[in-house]
Amino acid sequence: MVRLYTDNLQVSYDDRLIVKGLSVQIPDKKVTAIIGANGCGKSTFLKAVTRLIPHQSGDVILDGGNIVKQRTKQLAQKMAILPQTQEAASGLTVGELVSYGRFPYQNAMGRLTPRDMDVINWALEVTNTTDFKYRQVDALSGGQRQRVWIAMALAQETDIIFLDEPTTYLDMAHQLEVLELLQRLNEEQQRTIVMVLHDLNQAARFADFIIAMKDGEIVRAGMCENVIRPDILREVFRIDAEIGTDPRTGKPLCITYDLLKGDE
Amino acid sequence: MDKPVGKAIPFSFKLFASTILLIISFLFAMKLGAAHTSWQDVLLSFTSNQEDNIQILKEIRFPREVGAVFVGAALAVSGAIMQGMTRNPLADPGLLGLTAGANAALAIALAFIPTINYFGIMTACFIGSAVGALIVFGIASAKRGGFAPIRLVLAGAAVSTFLFAIAQGVGLYFKISKDVAMWTAGGLIGTSWGQLQTIAPVIIIGIFVALVLSRQLTLLSLNEEVAIGLGQNTLKIKVMLFIVIILLAGAAVALAGNLAFVGLMIPHIVRAIVGTDYRFIIPISALLGATFMLLADTVGRMLQAPFETPVAALIAIIGLPFFLLIVRKGGRAFS
Repeated sequence: MVRLYTDNLQVSYDDRLIVKGLSVQIPDKKVTAIIGANGCGKSTFLKAVTRLIPHQSGDVILDGGNIVKQRTKQLAQKMAILPQTQEAASGLTVGELVSYGRFPYQNAMGRLTPRDMDVINWALEVTNTTDFKYRQVDALSGGQRQRVWIAMALAQETDIIFLDEPTTYLDMAHQLEVLELLQRLNEEQQRTIVMVLHDLNQAARFADFIIAMKDGEIVRAGMCENVIRPDILREVFRIDAEIGTDPRTGKPLCITYDLLKGDE
Repeated sequence: MDKPVGKAIPFSFKLFASTILLIISFLFAMKLGAAHTSWQDVLLSFTSNQEDNIQILKEIRFPREVGAVFVGAALAVSGAIMQGMTRNPLADPGLLGLTAGANAALAIALAFIPTINYFGIMTACFIGSAVGALIVFGIASAKRGGFAPIRLVLAGAAVSTFLFAIAQGVGLYFKISKDVAMWTAGGLIGTSWGQLQTIAPVIIIGIFVALVLSRQLTLLSLNEEVAIGLGQNTLKIKVMLFIVIILLAGAAVALAGNLAFVGLMIPHIVRAIVGTDYRFIIPISALLGATFMLLADTVGRMLQAPFETPVAALIAIIGLPFFLLIVRKGGRAFS
C-alpha cells in the first residue's frame, strides 16, 4: 500500500466543481508529474492534497490517516509544499527564509538548535544557494529565488515534496537545473516528488509516474510510456501529437504537434 | 560570502541602541516642560517626593511620559501586526477604523454610564475597535480586490468618518461633548498613575503575545499557503493576532485618544533598519514607537508652553506626508 492516496476527492470553488471525485495513488519514492490544460484542476488538486485548501468530500489519506484529522504541524514534518511563490515579495534574507523551513520542528520560542543549523546549511548547499545566505530573496534572479524556496522546502526534511509549477518563469537552463535537483533528491535520498508541470517533455523526461487530468477528472494515470501517447494527449490537450523517443534518455518525446481541427 | 552593510550590524546592537535612545528620550521628556525642573529633580523624582518641583514631576509629568511610552509602543506594534497580517503597507489602527470605533464606543459608554471607571472605558474601547475593524474588513471582503491597500484605506476612511459622526452625535445629544473630547482629543494630558495601573498591563501582555507570535506573523506576511504548508494553524494565529491588535489599539485610545499614523510610520522606519522579519520588527517597533511618542508629546508641550499643542495634530503633520510617500512608492514600500 502506498503512503499517500486520494479517494473520490471533490473540491469546489464557490459553486463550481473543480476536482470531480479523484482517486489516485501517489507512488512512494518516485517522481510524479501532474499534467493537463489550463484550468483542468491540477493545481487545485495539488492544493487540496496538501491541505492548502479544504475539500468538500472524499478523503486524502497519508500513512493510513485522513489528513484533515492529522495535526497540521505533524503533516508539515511529512510533506512540504512549494506553492507558486513568485508573487510573495519578501525582504527576508535567504538564510532567514530557509530557516523558516524548520518551523514545524520548533516550539513557541523558535530557537534554532545546532541540528537545525546543520539542516539549513545542508539545504543551502544542495540547492547551491550558500553564497546568497545574507542576500535579500527579492534581490535574486528568478532561478536563484526558486532554488531558495526549494531550499526552504528541503529544510523541512519531509519524505514527500509537492511543487506547483516549479519551472514557470525560468529560462530553459534554469528549468533544467531545478528539475535535475529534484531528480537528484529523488534518486539519492528517495524522496517522493509530486509536481504540477506545464511542459510535456519535461514531465516525460523527469517523471516516473504521470497523472493526466482534464476537466477535474483523471484521463490516465500511469507510467510515463502509458500516458505520453498520441491518443491520451489528443484527449487531454486537444492536440495531434507526434511522439518519438528521446535519443538521449530513451523517454517518450513530443516532437511536434498541431491543434485538432474540426471536431467541435 | 557577501554580507551587505545593513546586515553587518548584529540585531542585539540595534536592540541595545534603540533601548538607549528610549531611555535618553524619556529623561529629556521628564526634564523639559512648562514648569522648570533640573536634572537633579528628575533623578529625585524616581526616588523621593519632597518639594513642589518634584511633586509636579512625580504626579504629572512622570505618569504622562510613562503613558507616552505605552501608547507609542502599543500603536507601533499594532500597526506592524496589521501590516504583516494584511500584507498592506498602509495598515494603521488610526486609518482602518479601529481608533474611530473605540472613540464611538467611548462616547456611548460615557453617555450611558457617566460614572464609568478606567476599566469600563478600556473595555468599551476594545469592543469599539473590534467593531470598527470588523466593519472595515467586512466591507473590503464584500468585493473582490477589496483588500488592495488603497481600497482598504478608503473603506477605513469612510467607516471612520461615520464612527466619528456617531461619537459626536452621542456627545451632542447627551451633552457630554466636552467629556468625550477630553478623552479622545486630549492626547496624554492628565494621564494618571491610576489610569496606567489599569491600562498598562493590557499593553504589556499584548506586546508580549505579539513577540511570541512574531515568527508566525512573518510566515503569514510571506504567503498564507506557505504558512499552512509549514504547519501553521492560520485561522487560530489570525484570531490571536486580531485580539492582540484590538487590545493594543483599544488600550492606546483609552489612554491617549485618537492618534493616527504612529502605527503606519514606525514599522516602515523599523523595516529600513532590521528588514522584514517580524521577530525583529516587533521589538524595535515597540521601542521606537515609544521613543517617537515621547518626543512628539514633549514637542507638543514645549511648542507654545505653557499651552499644549495637540499631539494628534503634530503627528498628523509628520504622518500625512509619510503616508503619501508610501502611496507614491506603489503601496509596496516593504523594504
